Amino acid sequence: MSHNTLLVFEVTILVLAIFLGIEVISKVPTLLHTPLMSGTNAIHGVVIVGAMIVLGQPDKSAFTWIIGFAAVVLAAANVVGGFVVTDRMLEMFKSRERPKKPDET
Amino acid sequence: MSYNVSNLLYLITIVTFVLALRFLSNPAHARRGNQIGAAGMVLAIVVTWVKVGSTSWWAIAIAMVIGGGFGAVAARRVRMTAMPQMVALFNGVGGGAAALIALAELHRILPDPGAPKIDISLGIVLSALIGAISFAGSMIAFAKLQELIGGRPITYAGQQFVNGALFVAALGCAIALVAGVQEEWLLWITIAASLAFGVLFVLPIGGADMPVVISLLNAFTGLAVALGGFELQNNVLIVAGMLVGASGTLLTLMMARAMNRSVANVLFGAFGQVSETAAAVAGGDGGAVRSATAEDVAVMLAYAHKVVFVPGYGLAVAQAQHDVRQLADLLESKGVEVSYAIHPVAGRMPGHMNVLLAEANVPYPQLKEMDEANPEFSRTDVALVVGANDVVNPDARNNQGSPIYGMPILNVDDAQTVVVLKRSMNPGFAGIENPLFYNPKTVMLFGDAKASITSLVADVKNL
Repeated sequence: MSHNTLLVFEVTILVLAIFLGIEVISKVPTLLHTPLMSGTNAIHGVVIVGAMIVLGQPDKSAFTWIIGFAAVVLAAANVVGGFVVTDRMLEMFKSRERPKKPDET
Repeated sequence: MSYNVSNLLYLITIVTFVLALRFLSNPAHARRGNQIGAAGMVLAIVVTWVKVGSTSWWAIAIAMVIGGGFGAVAARRVRMTAMPQMVALFNGVGGGAAALIALAELHRILPDPGAPKIDISLGIVLSALIGAISFAGSMIAFAKLQELIGGRPITYAGQQFVNGALFVAALGCAIALVAGVQEEWLLWITIAASLAFGVLFVLPIGGADMPVVISLLNAFTGLAVALGGFELQNNVLIVAGMLVGASGTLLTLMMARAMNRSVANVLFGAFGQVSETAAAVAGGDGGAVRSATAEDVAVMLAYAHKVVFVPGYGLAVAQAQHDVRQLADLLESKGVEVSYAIHPVAGRMPGHMNVLLAEANVPYPQLKEMDEANPEFSRTDVALVVGANDVVNPDARNNQGSPIYGMPILNVDDAQTVVVLKRSMNPGFAGIENPLFYNPKTVMLFGDAKASITSLVADVKNL
């Protein structure tokens, strides 16, 4: 595939992603806006894919080595932290029947 | 792994991300969605791992353990009140990663003969610029929310000019690179100027406007990641980044609308500064304030038919959400109908108050959004305002001179009686005078919110 064909493809999915994002997000109730933010936060942690590609290059300079390493560290913190924090929050949202915890402060 | 196979597997990841967001439309299965998204992320990482398959696998593994370990520990330990700064921190590191990738990519392709393709160089410079702004801005937002630096707006003469100059410098170097000047230092300047811009652009924004800033920075990181997808020609980065970019933008607009201000006004208005003068002007015409004891309020609550709690950030600061739930349970056991009215900008990030109350085991059907709660106030006996101020300020409805005029508020003054729990008569975070406190329907219960609620619980029990 020529470079330009690929580019047109990429722009197409970019534009579709914008509409998809707006469509999906507008269905999220304000009740869940904080988990929504931390959830989308975790999703942009997919930047780890790019960081791995950089650090995984063969024959790289010391410069790329350091930059790539730092990028993977940051992106991994983003991914793991984002998903764990979102899970912790969503776990707390309960409907009517809640377990009785006598030792509650 | 071939290009096609890896891209098909990435498509599965994309689908899981969309499902994760889709499942968030209902709290009953939102958690499942997040787990599906996490599984998709693991898939993307495994696919990339196999695809890269280089001799540096151990370096990747070590970096992932360090970053992931930090993320896991921080995420497990953070208190729910500190959630906004945690989200800001994770958001910032994502933006930082995008900027670093851009730097490494430019470093790799510059020695090649001939100018790089325009979409690749455009992806590089823009993801460096936006990623660096997001990184620096998020770190300042983190520092402000963590109270490492003051939450009040910081302003100085010529601020807009300095910010403008930095942004022009960043953009100028970026344009030069795209136009074909093949010098790596240009990107260094872009990144340095963007970092400085990120710091200076968040510094003047007051703590009360943080919900808008955090969601905007979230959108920035998403955009930086999507642009990173162009430089690396990687679909999963483009789609996932843009989903986040779109959602962050939408949330930013919704937050600004909930405060009846434009996004530009939030970002460049240095709101707290303006309102201090307004508060000083309005401060003179105070009427009589009625204060009550906890016993009086306990009687009102226990003999009410319907009580609505109106929580604000002060509740979170006082760590009183568990005590509030206790009081609510007690009232329910006495046959009182209890619900919570939650303003969209209550707390320090969108929806923050819901999380804090969910943590205290408040069932979510009791949490009412503003549009749902407002018609209810007219048949409410007691509206109990805990640590909220601006979001119940009737000046937003009536006083054209008020800095918050036009902001949609919770109409607590429609209730029979309004009880305001407050430490003292000092104006709230934004420093705006609140005529609700002088309303004849209003009684004030002064003191620390947690202590007041605890004594209310004791007094209601004793009735």
